[in-house]
Amino acid sequence: MTRRLIAGTALALIFGVAAQAQDGPINITTYGGAFGAAVNEAFVKPFTAETGVQATMVDNDNPPATLKAQVEAGNITSDVFDVEQSDVLRLCDEGLIEPIDPSILPAAADGTPAEDDYLPQALHECATAIMVWSTVIAYNTEAFPDAAPTTVADFFDTKTFPGKRGIIKRPKYALEFALLGDGVPADEVYDVLSTPEGVDRAFAKLDSIKDQVVWWEAGAQAPQLLADKEVSMTLAYNGRIFDAIVDEGKPFAFVWDGANLDMDYWVVPMGAPNRDVAMQFIAFASDPARQADLSKYIAYGPPRESASASVGTYKDGTTEMAPYLPTTPENAERAVVNDAGFWADHDTELTERFNSWLAGA
Amino acid sequence: MANALDPHAAIATTATGLTDGALRTADGRPLVRALARSQSLARRRAFLLVLPLLAFILITFVVPIGQMLQRSFYNDGFSAHMPQLSQWFADNPRGVEPDDAAWTALATDLQAAAEGRTIGIVGTRINYDVPGTRSLFTSTGRQVRRGLEPPYQAALLDINEDWGSPQLWSAMRNAATPLTGNFYLAAVDRSRADDGSIVQVEERQQVYVMLFMRTFWLSLVITAITFILGFPIAHLLATLPMRKSNLLMILVLLPFWTSLLVRTTSWMVLLQQQGVINDVLVWLGVIGGSQRLQMIYNQTGTIIAMTHILLPFMILPLYSVMRTINPSYVRAARSLGATSWTAFRRVYFPQTLPGLGAGALLVFILAVGYYITPALVGGSSGQLISNMIAMHMTDTLNWSMAAALAALLLGAVLLLYWVYDRMVGIDNLKLG
Repeated sequence: MTRRLIAGTALALIFGVAAQAQDGPINITTYGGAFGAAVNEAFVKPFTAETGVQATMVDNDNPPATLKAQVEAGNITSDVFDVEQSDVLRLCDEGLIEPIDPSILPAAADGTPAEDDYLPQALHECATAIMVWSTVIAYNTEAFPDAAPTTVADFFDTKTFPGKRGIIKRPKYALEFALLGDGVPADEVYDVLSTPEGVDRAFAKLDSIKDQVVWWEAGAQAPQLLADKEVSMTLAYNGRIFDAIVDEGKPFAFVWDGANLDMDYWVVPMGAPNRDVAMQFIAFASDPARQADLSKYIAYGPPRESASASVGTYKDGTTEMAPYLPTTPENAERAVVNDAGFWADHDTELTERFNSWLAGA
Repeated sequence: MANALDPHAAIATTATGLTDGALRTADGRPLVRALARSQSLARRRAFLLVLPLLAFILITFVVPIGQMLQRSFYNDGFSAHMPQLSQWFADNPRGVEPDDAAWTALATDLQAAAEGRTIGIVGTRINYDVPGTRSLFTSTGRQVRRGLEPPYQAALLDINEDWGSPQLWSAMRNAATPLTGNFYLAAVDRSRADDGSIVQVEERQQVYVMLFMRTFWLSLVITAITFILGFPIAHLLATLPMRKSNLLMILVLLPFWTSLLVRTTSWMVLLQQQGVINDVLVWLGVIGGSQRLQMIYNQTGTIIAMTHILLPFMILPLYSVMRTINPSYVRAARSLGATSWTAFRRVYFPQTLPGLGAGALLVFILAVGYYITPALVGGSSGQLISNMIAMHMTDTLNWSMAAALAALLLGAVLLLYWVYDRMVGIDNLKLG
């Protein structure tokens, strides 16, 4: 009896593995939360409906670290991962993710090939962008009834705009905003930050408001600090603030000046068990209409230019999404595109200095 | 055959089986050997019983932790992918200027690494020591993939003049052997200068030593506070009548069973500047509306939240020890003329020491490794070393550095444990 049971289990396992090696089902790992839910609605469910291949969403609070661990251990449980730009560079350079052939991506409706349709930096030899998000300044409108802040310089001006400031507790974004607030033009931020004097300048600017800063670590803290009036203005991820405004009716508003644009990317781990299906999924999710569809569920912009025009309303049916998206031309006018290469080079060094600075008097 | 393995049977037979003076079993083997054999069988059977547990601990605990710690002193990111240059470094001692052979080795290795997609690993390894070099390697890699003509020194310097930097060559030499102490040096704010000597890093980059000190200091403070708060509660729990002490016990255990995040977030609601406590103080007129106290996002917040979370770990061992203390000892001391303070100090308190030791060790060791609570409520002054370990694990992906920091932390805790054992004795530890 026992022997028969063992044999049966072994057989089931063998066939199970064999079946998996052919055509999915695939697992898709994202950062989860509201974004994971949006990806599920816009890409994953339609993919299963259209191809019949079972695709499952996996929530993870750190996909790149998981991907690295899985590839190094040779035990890959997800076929597609959602990672940020800096991770794309690192993972690709270290040979941990598969190259993606751009010819599998569908052309735009007017026939423009995908390579010309994607925003700069959105296509990488190992990754294609999913969406564009940004780190922006947000404020509580009740804190400034008379004049609303409009520039990054206003963020550092605690006399005209009193109240504490919320800043993310890491050097990335904090240093860029500091330089912008000190008058560095958007297109020169990373050139200045590459010099020792530029780094000193950024820290000096942060020093000027250090005693007024509440440092936050998790993305959800920023809108919470604004809502509790712990801070009057904060750096925040645009999607979180959008949710607070539209879903919860909070009196928040954006300052798009100096918004720091980032992209999330699809990547396939090297040696993924269902590599071909994974590529099929990425091609499917690269369709401009589907990318525009993602903005129905969450306030992230599409990475293809042809998709921007077809962005419609939010899932509530009334809110026009364009004013809330970082990719909308008037919002992106004074934006900084985050330089992942710079951060891959300097992350450790600047994080150590940042923590040393934080701990100092 | 079963008889041969049974010591009783063996003894029974020896009475009749004396031939050459040695005790023998029925089938003529020496009794000593038969006994040893049967005992070793029993031992083997017992070992088989604990084997699953042993395998579990090995696979899920010892091996992964060992592998992780190994990264702190072993990193072959450079040496494995740049074999020829590593060999040149091995053949030529420090101080020898890179010659043609060195440049040729560098160029050949770079070409191979660029083709094999390992150049990022190499660049990342050197970037740990010389920030900014990761992109030097990857951008050079993209160019050499198109071909590289000798003389290599001129060709590489033409691609990027940073290839001539002595700092870079020194870092490459340091990385040329996979065994390295550099991550430990970095973990104590030291680095290797270009000539190989050990120097302190710039003051504005120094952070780890300070964080280690702060971690141990805060853990000590938290342990002391949990003792001061926990001791009377444990005493009450142990001495109140059953029904009341059960109710009190539930009050201790309920927060203990509540999620750590929920408790941390509750403290945020209570302590923040627009929070409940400040609101009450302003309403009572104790402080003005503009003088609201900053009780969170700093060290104070970290201490309050961590003390609350760790309090049960102090109370429970104390309580379990106090329950076993016979009240007649204190009564006897009092009847012999001791004041209540003397009776407490000389008779009661010494008997609680095993529980106190266990509680203090538990709280201290847990506090040393805490990171979610300080990350959320610590602000800039309440960061602990574990936050940096987490950052190196998840953000910068410099696992060797994370492992070195973790190894130092583990070493320090083991050292404290050893000191505790020498001073108090680990046999005196009682968890219940």
